[in-house]
Amino acid sequence: MSQRIDVTDLNIYYGDFLAVEGVSMAIQPSSVTAFIGPSGCGKSTFLRTLNRMHEVIPGARVDGKVELEGVDLYGPDIDPVAVRRNVGMVFQRPNPFPTMSIRDNVLAGVKLNNKKIAKSEADELVESSLRGANLWNEVKDRLHKPGSGLSGGQQQRLCIARAIAVKPQVLLMDEPCSALDPISTLAIEDLIQQLKTSYTIVIVTHNMQQAARVSDKTAFFNIAGTGKPGRLIEMDDTATIFSAPQQKATEDYVSGRFG
Amino acid sequence: MTTTPTSPAAPTAERSPRRRPRRHADTERGFSRVFRWVTTSAGVLLLLVLAAVAVFLVERGWGALVASPADLHANGGLPKQYGNLLAFIGPLVFGTVLAAALALLLATPVAVGIALFVSHYAPRRIAGLVGFVIDLLAAIPSVVFGLWGTLTLSPVIAKLWAWIADVLSAILPGTVNATPTGRSLATTSLVLAIMILPIITAVSREVFKQTPRLHEEAALALGATRWEVVRTAVLPFGRSGVISAAMLGLGRALGETMAVLMILSPGLGYSFQIFDAGKHQTIAANIAANFPESAGLEVNTLIATGLALFVITLVVNMAARAIVARRKEFSGAN
Repeated sequence: MSQRIDVTDLNIYYGDFLAVEGVSMAIQPSSVTAFIGPSGCGKSTFLRTLNRMHEVIPGARVDGKVELEGVDLYGPDIDPVAVRRNVGMVFQRPNPFPTMSIRDNVLAGVKLNNKKIAKSEADELVESSLRGANLWNEVKDRLHKPGSGLSGGQQQRLCIARAIAVKPQVLLMDEPCSALDPISTLAIEDLIQQLKTSYTIVIVTHNMQQAARVSDKTAFFNIAGTGKPGRLIEMDDTATIFSAPQQKATEDYVSGRFG
Repeated sequence: MTTTPTSPAAPTAERSPRRRPRRHADTERGFSRVFRWVTTSAGVLLLLVLAAVAVFLVERGWGALVASPADLHANGGLPKQYGNLLAFIGPLVFGTVLAAALALLLATPVAVGIALFVSHYAPRRIAGLVGFVIDLLAAIPSVVFGLWGTLTLSPVIAKLWAWIADVLSAILPGTVNATPTGRSLATTSLVLAIMILPIITAVSREVFKQTPRLHEEAALALGATRWEVVRTAVLPFGRSGVISAAMLGLGRALGETMAVLMILSPGLGYSFQIFDAGKHQTIAANIAANFPESAGLEVNTLIATGLALFVITLVVNMAARAIVARRKEFSGAN
């Protein structure tokens, strides 16, 4: 259920502006990879290229290669819609569909493409997805209430349930806890630990402690200055990045000297 | 901001209405106070105007409402075949509602389509051009629409109506008639639909543009195509806005006078022969047609029909609000 991602010499543009330059990395399956770095260094931008969400912004484009199990996601006959079904995403702010019930939110991705599923099958999927997101016990009695009535942390877990309901190979998380309180953050972090057995997880975080807690590998991004492109400075085992990084910039960042 | 025992927050102030200080009294000074009065008076003015219209309609229509049928037949302009005033107003209400409902039925899908095209599909330059053309459509006076409808559209569209009537006659029991002049309710509704298109489009477009980026991205990240993004994120979000827009359009269609007067060949009755001439009339067009030659009780009769139109508009708007409120929990406003 989880696949590896190989990125080779990826340049990311907004129109003519080069936002991220020359990223190459390998993301291991069934593990958690964290992207850290100061604001504006391009880590979220890079994350969004992994499921072709970057290109929905007018003028945005990339060159280079992103391979999922050896298949180039930017190949000429690859449908971005199909890519996004394989590579799920959870956003910074919880974004359940406000007009849908909790149940319909979970099923939203499955019901796309007018796919019909039997009610019993749907019930099963709703339960397994919500259990997978550690939310079932809290919402099982109000599945027909609107998703927007949940707390922020519950909404974010609902979004995770919605993302895993379509059974992706990879789950991208763009600062999933930055809008949440510490208790909800802990719940999401526990969830990430459980999910990594079944999915390749890539998480962008501003919180270095979080990266240290949840991830197996950590990639540090940095930017030389305003208007300059962001770059991947260093990527290694999380323990190594936080204890003995190769680069001076990484050490300065993880030890809190800047950023 | 100092807090004194007499501050508005103190619960004691609530209990003595005589000394109840105004809320936010300490922050209200200078232009802030003036502006509050300006907005309050604007709101009150609106209510006063509405009340004035209602009072006028009731007061001037009263004479016809209380007059005996005999009196109405002799002096009130009530046609002989109607036993009382209500029997006369009925077909007018029917014609008005039918014409407006058909117009709404024709205009809303097209307007929503244009609004989505402009907000989510078209390249920016084309979107701007389409928006401009739609706004231009709103600037055409209704008398011009009336002239165009009766002189140009009617003779042309009559052939299409005749064909549809033939097909319907074959499918449905009974005969569907079509007039060769084209001055039927169908033509009228079509022109009304064109007239209410700009307002529905403009409001829908603004609502669709307000769709939170976050919800669109949520749909995209689940592997939604562009249509699926529209279906899962944009349309549910814009639903109440589109209903409001349609009600604005319906209000205009219900009250439109000149275009109906010029296009529709009038007749009083309850008929679904929308392709035929001389079967329908609307309240507004009837008032405009008869008012110049009316006096005394005849005017009261016309104003009583106007009161009926006023009531219809109120009912329609309340129904629309009820529809919007019914799914408030899911509106996304929370």
